[in-house]
Amino acid sequence: MKPRGDGGAADGTNAGAAGELRRHCFCPPGAEHPERTRPPPAGPVGAYSHPVNSVPGPLLAGLTARARAAAHARSPVCPCGAATLADRPDGTVVRHADTVAKAHPLDTTPAELTSRLTLAARHPDILLPPLDPAPVDLHGRLVTFWPYGTPVDPDDPDAAPWEAAAALLARLHRTPAPEGLPVMRGPAKAARAVARLREAGPHPAAAPVLRAWATLPPWARAEAPMPHTGTLCHGDLHLGQLVRHPADGPWLLIDVDDVGVGVPAWDLARPAAWYACGLLPPGEWDRFLTAYREAGGPAVPAEGDPWPALDVPARALTAQTAARAVAKAVAAGRPLDEVEQSVVDACDRMATVPPQLVQEHAK
Amino acid sequence: MQCPKCRAPMHTYNRNGVQIEQCSGCRGIFLDYGELESLTRLEAQWSQAAPPPPPAPQAYPAPPAPAWGAPHGGHGHHGHHGHHRNKSFGRMLFSS
Repeated sequence: MKPRGDGGAADGTNAGAAGELRRHCFCPPGAEHPERTRPPPAGPVGAYSHPVNSVPGPLLAGLTARARAAAHARSPVCPCGAATLADRPDGTVVRHADTVAKAHPLDTTPAELTSRLTLAARHPDILLPPLDPAPVDLHGRLVTFWPYGTPVDPDDPDAAPWEAAAALLARLHRTPAPEGLPVMRGPAKAARAVARLREAGPHPAAAPVLRAWATLPPWARAEAPMPHTGTLCHGDLHLGQLVRHPADGPWLLIDVDDVGVGVPAWDLARPAAWYACGLLPPGEWDRFLTAYREAGGPAVPAEGDPWPALDVPARALTAQTAARAVAKAVAAGRPLDEVEQSVVDACDRMATVPPQLVQEHAK
Repeated sequence: MQCPKCRAPMHTYNRNGVQIEQCSGCRGIFLDYGELESLTRLEAQWSQAAPPPPPAPQAYPAPPAPAWGAPHGGHGHHGHHGHHRNKSFGRMLFSS
């Protein structure tokens, strides 16, 4: 089996972020490497793949060199298969054979990142552990190194590990949060996406997204502290945040950038939002939710309607997704596609649901 | 009796308990007082008694969804999901 060098990579966002590194190379010595002979694939979402010049050249070149050095330190006979997995303002990820190097977002502080890395190192049954829990500085950016994990196949919806994702979240949510861990950054990310939408320029879909955003309580817009901050949360769950490591081993969560204490329903809210928007079939949502409940996850009641707990985070993530989609469409000068439009439509309906319902559902 | 229109003889038929006369020549129908209303009432009862259309096939009851959910999404409408599925899966479900 040839490991995927792309997959989670390009689209894997933060996902690819954390762990895009191939554990072993299966090519014979001297064999031509697909990664060497072919440019990095654009990934399933061209719009999400930023050109390589979106960060200063020295950072990408330096990161590539660091990844190579780290990989060679792990494996003296290296086939030197390299690829840029993600290159965005909020994270650049480079893979060299079985090692991944990630440059974290500019606003990352060493103390916060270190506490998140320490958490991952302590719970290798939930989070992919870093090769070294101490970040290094490279051109003013904090850089970490990870083993490569095999991502979820974006071309095979039937293979999506919904049960494993749910069980990992339930386990994470039941793990006592260590002292000093920062807050989960989900609401802050949603607020940033909406801020970028406001800056993007006029678009007919901006108004419904902003109206939907306005239905949210202040905590969900990162304008007030979260109501519950005792639970350990991932903060940015999507299918690009899961890898198997080793390749035939268990699924693990990657990308610790948004990990922290907060409202655990946030971690379930992206699948919930996809389901509500008609993007995720009921059966798959049901598998995810049922597995989470069976694993004792505390974010929703053990039975009955989960939506009183999910409504606010799912609204926030729907608005975040729509805001990103509209901002990208404006920047690219293209119309919204069908999937993006369905998320904007959900925002439109959200604004018409009486505010008291929102209050009633708010935690 | 004779048909008031063509003068041909009329024959009596029983339709759902209502006596009606039909002309053997022009096929016209004669109703006594109240018979039209009786037929109308019978027709209405028949419509109401008709079985409802069979529900759309569903593998299992759809899980609850929020009020702002997609009209068909979240309510077990599989055709809709199938339509969006492959497009949305590799894109929306893999990004922040």
